[in-house]
Amino acid sequence: MSLSREVAIVGVDESDRIGIVPDHTPIDMLAEAVRNALNDAGVAPSEVDGLFTAGAAPMASVLVGEYLGIQPRVTDSTMTGGSSFVIHIEHAAAAIHAGLCEVAVIAHGETGYSNRARGMRRAFDSWLPQGQFETPYGLMAPAPAYAMAAVRHMHQYGTSSEQLAEIAVATRKWAMLNPKAMMRDPLTIDDVLASRWISYPFHLLDCCLVTDAGGAAVVTSAARARSTRKKPVWVLGTGEAHTHQMISQMPDFTWTAARQSGERAFAMAGVGREEIDLCEIYDSFTYTVLVTLESLGFCGPGEGGAFVSGQRTAPGGELPVNTSGGGLSYTHPGMFGIFTIIEAVRQLRGECGQRQVPDARIALVNGTGGTLSATGTAILAVD
Amino acid sequence: MADYHKPLPTPIPDTQPFWDAARRHELLVPFCLDCQRHFFYPRRLCPHCLGERIEWRKASGRGRVYSFTVQYRAAHPAFAADVPFVSAVVELDEGVRLATNLVDVEPDPAKLRCDMPVEVVFDDVTPEVTLPKFRPVAEVER
Ligand SMILES: [Zn+2]
Repeated sequence: MSLSREVAIVGVDESDRIGIVPDHTPIDMLAEAVRNALNDAGVAPSEVDGLFTAGAAPMASVLVGEYLGIQPRVTDSTMTGGSSFVIHIEHAAAAIHAGLCEVAVIAHGETGYSNRARGMRRAFDSWLPQGQFETPYGLMAPAPAYAMAAVRHMHQYGTSSEQLAEIAVATRKWAMLNPKAMMRDPLTIDDVLASRWISYPFHLLDCCLVTDAGGAAVVTSAARARSTRKKPVWVLGTGEAHTHQMISQMPDFTWTAARQSGERAFAMAGVGREEIDLCEIYDSFTYTVLVTLESLGFCGPGEGGAFVSGQRTAPGGELPVNTSGGGLSYTHPGMFGIFTIIEAVRQLRGECGQRQVPDARIALVNGTGGTLSATGTAILAVD
Repeated sequence: MADYHKPLPTPIPDTQPFWDAARRHELLVPFCLDCQRHFFYPRRLCPHCLGERIEWRKASGRGRVYSFTVQYRAAHPAFAADVPFVSAVVELDEGVRLATNLVDVEPDPAKLRCDMPVEVVFDDVTPEVTLPKFRPVAEVER
């Protein structure tokens, strides 16, 4: 697939409120975000003929279609965890490229915070591979799985806790510039290292937030994008890949499928790493950002610790990363992928106020889902 | 078992021999006769070649820690009394990796390291279920 300015993202937004929203369900946060993103695009709900969503319910796209009164020609509930929505960009672009639909909505809503407050808990199927071979050992949540991956990277390459903390600190600096971010107090490396342990080597502040939020994006053809409200953000390249589902099956803890999804996205886009003005990378944990930057080729294997040192990814740094404040400090309802897209589009449109990256023209978004399992990469640009 | 509340595996036909062996304090690993490789976890078809001529082979029980973590905050209430505890992925000498807990060791990251040698021990957590776990062994014993 070659997509040279054939497909564009023309609308993005969150739900009306994000953060702690106990009176909302995942579906109604998703619905608000879809309405808001369509308003942002200046596209009528009746024009939507492609629906892409994941995880808000079983048969997610079917339920969301019913809820929103949409009867799509293309339906896609592809569920790859937090990377789902970035992978949906590729699926939506392919569908639009093939003429199967013209106005695609990618949507998500999730109430991770309020689920926890309501005492809702994930069920574990004890006969599934994970239920038999990981859950009995206390491996049923993301933190210990990602933590083991980080430990291996530290062992092989000497990556330090301070270097991981650099990412949390840089991300917080961006959040301090984003009025919608939940965590906006200044943060130091020492603060990160002094926060309580979750799962070695992760302290609390190495881990993403758990919030309630919805988000959506509107993707359409170049022809339709000519008459939307705002300038189109072109989808230049995309890639998707997965290597395993549960952490004990991960081929190598020190790189992810972002190697494959990134390589394909860069090749399709025909741009180099040095041309990327900013990255929005799913930061479930500090290590996720480090290993993803390496896997995407921004630095070599094992060089991620040195790469993120000296606040390289912070405001004013050489490579702005997670300019919204990310899942670490802005919001993170459970599957963050959609919010990487929203922020990249806003940056490329120049809508980001205090946190605006000057002259941002090309952005990379990357989502990781599962236990470093499935990744999607997209390269977006404005004229 | 009234006093064991942590999640337990439910064997299926493809994995029953593994769990039966664990109850006998034996570690079995599937071996593919078509491509002559071990694999893990047990399943109907070999993930290397999709062959179905699979034989159970007794593993040495020796291996090395590929990686580990010390869990300080239980993700499931049934583990709350155990924290801090060590979860790990062990690479057996046969070349396959499996998730486990490290036992007979202080749950202190300073006392643990990747690639440290370990051997299997069997934890009879209920009359029906035995979980293979691993404990450190001295490098010289290998
Ligand atoms: Zn085979």
